[in-house]
Amino acid sequence: MSCTICGLPALDLAKLGRKLRDGARLMIGQGDYEAYLAHRRANHPDEPTMTHEEFFLERQASRFGEGGRRAMRCC
Amino acid sequence: MSLPLVTPGRKLGSIALWTAIVALGVFSLFTLAMARGETVNAMWLVAAAICVYLVAYRFYSLFIAERALGLDPQRKTPAHRHNDGLDYVPTDKYVLFGHHFAAIAGAGPLVGPVLAAQMGYLPGTLWLLTGVVFAGAVQDFVVLFISTRRDGRSLGDLIKTELGPAAGIVAMVGILTIMVILLAVLALIVVKALADSPWGFFTVFATLPIAVLMGVYGRYLRPGRIFEMSVIGFVLLIGSIALGRTVAETPALAALFTFKGEALAFMLIGYGFVASVLPVWFLLAPRDYLSTFLKIGTIASLALGIFYVAPELKMPAVSRFIDGTGPVFAGSVFPFLFITLACGAISGFHALVSSGTTPKMIGDEAQIRFIGYGAMLMESFVAIMALVAATVLDPGVYFAMNSAPAVIGSTVDTAAQTISSWGFVITPEALSQAAAEVGEKTVLSRAGGAPTLAVGMAKILSGAIGGSSMTAFWYHFAILFEALFILTTVDAGTRVARFMIQDLVGTFWPRFKHTRAWIPNFGATGLAVAGWGWFLYQGVIDPLGGINTLWPMFGIANQMLAAIALTLCTVVLFRMKRERYAFIAAAPAAWLYICTLTAGAEKIFHPDPKIGFLAHASRYSAAAAEGRLLAPAKTAAEMSRIIFNDYVNTTLCAIFIALVLSMLFFGLRAIGEARRATSVTTRETSDELHDLRIARA
Repeated sequence: MSCTICGLPALDLAKLGRKLRDGARLMIGQGDYEAYLAHRRANHPDEPTMTHEEFFLERQASRFGEGGRRAMRCC
Repeated sequence: MSLPLVTPGRKLGSIALWTAIVALGVFSLFTLAMARGETVNAMWLVAAAICVYLVAYRFYSLFIAERALGLDPQRKTPAHRHNDGLDYVPTDKYVLFGHHFAAIAGAGPLVGPVLAAQMGYLPGTLWLLTGVVFAGAVQDFVVLFISTRRDGRSLGDLIKTELGPAAGIVAMVGILTIMVILLAVLALIVVKALADSPWGFFTVFATLPIAVLMGVYGRYLRPGRIFEMSVIGFVLLIGSIALGRTVAETPALAALFTFKGEALAFMLIGYGFVASVLPVWFLLAPRDYLSTFLKIGTIASLALGIFYVAPELKMPAVSRFIDGTGPVFAGSVFPFLFITLACGAISGFHALVSSGTTPKMIGDEAQIRFIGYGAMLMESFVAIMALVAATVLDPGVYFAMNSAPAVIGSTVDTAAQTISSWGFVITPEALSQAAAEVGEKTVLSRAGGAPTLAVGMAKILSGAIGGSSMTAFWYHFAILFEALFILTTVDAGTRVARFMIQDLVGTFWPRFKHTRAWIPNFGATGLAVAGWGWFLYQGVIDPLGGINTLWPMFGIANQMLAAIALTLCTVVLFRMKRERYAFIAAAPAAWLYICTLTAGAEKIFHPDPKIGFLAHASRYSAAAAEGRLLAPAKTAAEMSRIIFNDYVNTTLCAIFIALVLSMLFFGLRAIGEARRATSVTTRETSDELHDLRIARA
């Protein structure tokens, strides 16, 4: 959809809201659960998937965990 | 999507637009530089910065993306290759920009510019802008590119594969040293901000129960409800600031929350130890959520405040302390301005972020430009805003807050007299008034940058919301915000340092690597805490304020890491047989080598005891030999401890110099190898589809 006068795309508030939400979540290391589900369905359909709660706890542990997966932050 | 039509009219329009942006930028810089005697509006500074960023992003980063690196949108990124729905996920570029920016933005870009403001606003502005365009943003961009092409591997790993295993170990030691110094200097900033301030201490202390409550809520009551737990946390936080005023105004309560620097230092050391061995969901993670959102929110509101209030800059363009005699940090413009202004211009620490989680989420190589270069420009803008906040203050108040008691004395009368004699006229009443406005007993010698920034921010924000009745609230809001995210870095950083120590010791003694075992866990945490705690304590008891010594050491370490990262970038460009463009990384690397080596040598050998550690040590040794005591030492034992500290600092600087020189050697050796080779020698993850396409073409 685009504006009939200026030709610029119309502001999609729902999409903007989703991006802001995803952005805020990823800032604290919480990735997209929907993307995780989509990935599991497409590539590992026979294996169990984590629930939303398990996903949250797994991401939280990984952000501060040992090994190369921990997040680095600046001063 | 339709292709953009490039018509002659559109092209002309684009040329006209960019000419206008360049013209506005040049005019703004000219206005800033030519100001003599009268104040200049902060909007000129903001306009100059934004124009420089736009032009640099549009032209220089495009040159790097297309010519120097040859970003290839067709090439598979690790996010696609290793997609696991967790660490490796192709992510929307704006969402990823937010993630990357939140990871690189911290206290560094807020503190450095405040300290650099003693030389006036112009020197700091010029280095912030040139530094970010040609050094800082280039480093973040190229390291992100290198890591993305190598499965998102870490900086230490990348150095090991491209420069050799010995270089890898040198880099690991370098990264660990900078962590220790960083944590010490950050903890010192918090101590300086909270000492003798019951209001500040109460609100920061209140974040502990608030975080635990959030942690329990997010784990047991409503698992994963981040929004709910953050709102609860935020409301309680604002409540604690309001309650803090009552605490400060009730003598019996105020006494409970008033502490001296030494006591605060020990509390912080204990806190760092406990927070990093506890399960993360209990304290660390919820505090991280709160501080991340508060950080982004406060940065955004500071930007809005500056645009809305459009304050005047009270500090001169160039102050008399350009000669290196300033009270805030010792040393002349070169090399110390470039060391002091670390994070907003270039920060080696970002190389760790750019080779951390971000490269694993890049969905398309072409987006590396926006995320790597773009996020660093934004960080530089944060530094510009901090510079604005520091220079809208009356210079007299600024120097009163940032000079040590040994220089200005400990009463408003002596302070006003000394500072007025420097040419920044101020009355004792004005200094008492400044303290009363922000709800504190005194603003004297609150070094470390955070309180100065908080006063500046309070001035700007109360100009937008609430007027003078809200100044004290905004001041404590700003202090809380800084203390909160510094403390989050301290506990998360202690954890990171602990894992690094376990990795490093584990290379020689494999059992130490078991992160679940008690002895390695407590041992490594204890070592990490003892490392930064020692420098913290030394800084707290330093008569010159500690920041004076520690911040330059941190700057040297941080710029040293940047030099190492840019060396890696240069080597990779040579290995890619793109040496024609190696200057984009080699030129800033050379400048950083010059700055860090000069600064390191001056910190050791400079004849002025304010700058050189050896000169300082020999002054105290001479006095001790004659049986005299020099302030702040009150006993002969304290005298010898000061001398001992000087030698420790000398050793540390010598280690920095040795690290930088050996990295220079490894870099030159790798460049020589790459030049002798007849083909590309870089070790990128091969992309079979991509190679096939090249072969067909």
